Amino acid sequence: MRQERRKVVAAEPVGPYTLLRIERGGLDAGIPGQFFMLEAPGRVLPRPMSVCSAEPGELAFLIDPIGPGTTALCELEPGERLNVLGPLGNGFDLDVERPLLVGGGIGIAPLPYLSQQLGGAPAILGFRSELHAEAAALLPDALVCIEPTYVTALLPEERRDVLACGPEPMLAALRALVPDAQLAWEAPMACGYGACYGCAVELDGELKRLCVEGPVLRAA
Amino acid sequence: MLLNASGCLDALTAPEVARALDAFVTKTITPEPRGGNPAVRIAETDAGMLNSIGLANPGRERFLSETMPRLRELDRPLWVSVGGFSAAEYAETCGTLEDVAAIELNLSCPNVDEAPESAAAIVAACRTATGLPLYAKLSPAAWDIAEAARAVEAAGADGLTLVNTLRGLALDPRTLRPTLARGTGGYSGPALKPVALAAVYACSEAVEIPIVGMGGVRSGLDALELIAAGASAVALGTILFSDPGAPARIRDELAAEVAARDLGHPLDALRLAHSSLQMSVSRSDNEMQKVPGNRPKVTA
Repeated sequence: MRQERRKVVAAEPVGPYTLLRIERGGLDAGIPGQFFMLEAPGRVLPRPMSVCSAEPGELAFLIDPIGPGTTALCELEPGERLNVLGPLGNGFDLDVERPLLVGGGIGIAPLPYLSQQLGGAPAILGFRSELHAEAAALLPDALVCIEPTYVTALLPEERRDVLACGPEPMLAALRALVPDAQLAWEAPMACGYGACYGCAVELDGELKRLCVEGPVLRAA
Repeated sequence: MLLNASGCLDALTAPEVARALDAFVTKTITPEPRGGNPAVRIAETDAGMLNSIGLANPGRERFLSETMPRLRELDRPLWVSVGGFSAAEYAETCGTLEDVAAIELNLSCPNVDEAPESAAAIVAACRTATGLPLYAKLSPAAWDIAEAARAVEAAGADGLTLVNTLRGLALDPRTLRPTLARGTGGYSGPALKPVALAAVYACSEAVEIPIVGMGGVRSGLDALELIAAGASAVALGTILFSDPGAPARIRDELAAEVAARDLGHPLDALRLAHSSLQMSVSRSDNEMQKVPGNRPKVTA
């Protein structure tokens, strides 16, 4: 993990979300599914954000302004600087034969970078409205559904290597249908590097910190 | 001396952060393993944060057999934070510890049920179980923390750690229900600094034993203020979550603050806040002479 103070290149609207693009500097973009802690201006704690795209010289994060920290991040202006720490956690295992990306809502955030690293894998994305679904444009080959249709209704019959990120009910449903799916989970965390134990979940009777052991975990 | 606050750093996942400190304080160890409280366990507030981790730890046995040998490889002085649900539990754990720089007794976690005995009774029990330095970590929620400080000093504590978090509550703005699954949590961060300063200041008047000050430290000046209030060591807590580079940064800032005041060493500022109080309340020449003459002049 490495901490740098980096400059904002742009903050672009994508439906209701914002794509925050920052200068990469000496930071390693990491593996898709890994995340960075972004300083949230004026707030006490940074916010965990997975890498959405890693164009040369840049890192971009897709952010949903749901609270004061994420709103402050979405309101950053080009040229402003913020502390960035990462890459953190464990990303997706890219050694898959027939990848299928599944995302729900802001959970699609790590999928564009993942898709790029997998050479444009097909994706199934679910959103709660047409406006939210505008974010599907970030992926090259996406099948989109809007509530009340869920992504699970669009899963193909044949066996695929599912790599997914989205709300907990979506991940739980996928886990039941695709036992070996790779799922990226989310939990409130203060630090992102194993210090606070805020994101710990119990797995197989053991306490695991999502920031260290995850956020990507095998479903089984 | 710069330490981490217990529960605010895992030296095994972030050894480079631990190595930037003068000593590493472990997360609190209890006799039995604890998963801790259910999620959500973290909530940010406007001027701080709440945690309700609930003393998640692998338990004493696994800590001693698995964690401790790996911590020793860090080659940093180790402070072990000890918790329990009775004086006997605390004492039992103290009795199993050897070759550590100090034991911190967590007598004030706001996230679990407390032991029925008083802080002083727990310290007394631990005193009979170990010859290692015992630091008592007290809650700032006591009406008269100096009284608690005097009691643990009399019971055999070698030092105080001040302060633990304060109990706080955050509500989800949409549902108006508690954000944390357990309801309340321990409040830390910038908002705690004046509370910590008051506790250190009061206890430094009340006892002779050294004090490790902590609570809302974000800068070298914050650290210097705690020293001036009476802390001879300072610990970093919440700031480590947002800035793992804080130990080196705060050390540099502290050195700059010390130099700007023509002091030779941070500890030249120890208890300086108390001497200035004497000066401000006693105007006569006679009274002024009672102020130690060798105190460095504060110019900043």
